[in-house]
Amino acid sequence: MKLAGTDIFWECMVREGVEVMFGYPGGVLIPLLDAMLKYPIHFVLTRHEQGAAHAADGYARASGKVGVAMATSGPGATNLVTGIATAMMDSIPTVFITGQVPASLVGKDAFQEVDITGITLPITKHNYLITNASQIAETVREAFYIARSGRPGPVLIDFCKNAMLEEAEFIFPEKVSLPGYRPRIQATEESLEKASQLIAQAQRPVILAGHGVLMAGAMDELHQFAEKIQAPVAMTLLGIGSFPASHPYSLGMMGMHGEAYCNLAIQNADLIIAMGMRFDDRVTGNLRTYAPSARKIHLDIDPAEIQKNVIADVTLLGDVKTVLKSLTDKTAPKEHEEWLDQIAEWRTESHKRDILHWEDENKLYPAHIIRDFWEYTKGNAIVTTGVGQHQMWTAQYYRFDQPYRLITSGGMGTMGFGLPSAIGAWFAHKDKEVWVIDGDGSFQMTQAELATAVQEGANIKILIMNNQFLGMVRQWQEFFHDKRYAVTSISGPDFVKIADAHGIPAQRVTSPKDVLSAIEFAHKTPGVVLIDFHVEKEEDVYPMVPAGADLHDMLRRPLKNKSNPTSR
Amino acid sequence: MQYTMIAKMENKPGVLNRIASLFRRRNYNIESLNVGHTENPEISRMTIVVDGTPETVKIIEANLYKLVNVIDVQDLTSQPTVTRDLALIKVQATPEKRSEIASLADIFRAKIVDVASDSVIVEITGTEEKIEGLVELLTPMGILEMVRTGQVAMLRGKTQSGASLSDTY
Repeated sequence: MKLAGTDIFWECMVREGVEVMFGYPGGVLIPLLDAMLKYPIHFVLTRHEQGAAHAADGYARASGKVGVAMATSGPGATNLVTGIATAMMDSIPTVFITGQVPASLVGKDAFQEVDITGITLPITKHNYLITNASQIAETVREAFYIARSGRPGPVLIDFCKNAMLEEAEFIFPEKVSLPGYRPRIQATEESLEKASQLIAQAQRPVILAGHGVLMAGAMDELHQFAEKIQAPVAMTLLGIGSFPASHPYSLGMMGMHGEAYCNLAIQNADLIIAMGMRFDDRVTGNLRTYAPSARKIHLDIDPAEIQKNVIADVTLLGDVKTVLKSLTDKTAPKEHEEWLDQIAEWRTESHKRDILHWEDENKLYPAHIIRDFWEYTKGNAIVTTGVGQHQMWTAQYYRFDQPYRLITSGGMGTMGFGLPSAIGAWFAHKDKEVWVIDGDGSFQMTQAELATAVQEGANIKILIMNNQFLGMVRQWQEFFHDKRYAVTSISGPDFVKIADAHGIPAQRVTSPKDVLSAIEFAHKTPGVVLIDFHVEKEEDVYPMVPAGADLHDMLRRPLKNKSNPTSR
Repeated sequence: MQYTMIAKMENKPGVLNRIASLFRRRNYNIESLNVGHTENPEISRMTIVVDGTPETVKIIEANLYKLVNVIDVQDLTSQPTVTRDLALIKVQATPEKRSEIASLADIFRAKIVDVASDSVIVEITGTEEKIEGLVELLTPMGILEMVRTGQVAMLRGKTQSGASLSDTY
């Protein structure tokens, strides 16, 4: 059957299960979007292509399906770049479609022509240029397969306009033929044997759980494994939710802003069992002094992550779910009472220093807001964040017991991720509300997407931790640059008025006594709601491992609250 | 130390760019890189010589495999291989000097493939050391121009191969 390229494309998208996509139209996309009207696909018009990319990303993270975003050629395509890189760094299954000028004009510097396959080469798992209609079906099929298999990631398809308009025989390929692509690998029996021996010998084991545990859906396996060998579980930022925060073995988040007792456990461990994580510098600190007395088992699906940052004694290649299952079967039960007692001691010390357990003295601290929010939502909310202090406070104080509830940009640390990713997440869970915890800086980066959220009738609750600073950078300036606050003071607009201009109900909160009622207001008011919390301006995220310092070398919160004169 | 790897890849546009981009992005030190056709028109073959340690070579191998178009990667360093490099060397040569160059070339089993009034082009094939040897002897006569292909390598004896093009899921 001969079909136009546009129809072939949408037939393939429908067959790949695409129901919603995010994007922005433009010259070369006109025929493609015209044909789309015949197909059951909802196209969400974002206000900027970066928003579309983050929305597709948020959709993928919340649903486990492939997220799709589309942009026109030239500036549309380049506006996706930050979002593509964000998805790449966090291994998010996404497919990006960009329009391209007709193949006959490629390379001629045509109007709105940009070499987007060249630009995205290092920030995609793979990319394609479609120059004729006969390539469409195979390319779309391969793109989705590559995006979601193995270690997932973004795939970009650059689609020449002439290929949309030409006709070609439509055959949806049943199978993908990719001779060089082998996403399925399996740990050897020998390695599993070695790993179980190391576990048997260990006195002070720590499990490091990363995003890979969630990607593989290996939460139950992790739970069984941790309980069988009685080992505490530390999580990376993206691994949050892979193990219940309220479980006694949970050490919470590790790394630069990890719990002190978590980092101390890692530094004192005699065995690290790392799974689905890649020893990012924010996780390890100084590599030379990282977990110095620990032997290391590294389980990951990507062979290129093995021995990249940390040299492992045993490497287990493969999908976390299958490998962890085999490893649990091979490993004898163990007890580590003494080790867990030691960690409990560190934990007690941490609690004393934690602002969470202090009186607020009528000041509005983000930690307290997030704790109240956690209590109000019973730990079950879907939460997206921007990047910065508010993101770390969310990771620290919203104690996620469920998987796939925290949606945040980890590797790339992309400010402005919160609102657009929430729009995507809401499309994955239209029966639920999605909460955005954002900073005033992050929020302003993609504030334009408020209009998108309203147009789509999304159920999104935005909580802005407004300290009128680019707080994380300000904190570094406070600690390491004698409080010289270069370019970090940011006077935001009146967010309540911004919300009002969009028809969004909003409240400003300046006192701790109003926090709960504002959260309740957000929950009970349908649609998009915004709460602007004017928080302590110079509050810091503790603990903090300075960049490149030893993981145990943490700046801890002083035991007495620092005098914090705010000019609010 | 230098390591020699061969990578077989689908013969598609942009594949060379992907490999070059990977090496640039990950900061791997390429000594030489050669790409050409194979017995199968759908597959190209690249010989890569890198400077590094056994660990870096393993990571390079893993990263090459991550490229969707790369079918097979082999580290030939510690295996019995034939490696060859080809060079064309244009040497200053007055008619009186020609015979001296010719006899030098002869010792190295090189050939004179072009003679002009005041220069000749010498073609030599061999290992890197052999070519270096000839270059050293020709230098005093005045090398006007030189081009080298970079190494190509092949395992001796039995052919090892990775997955075939029919590998599907």
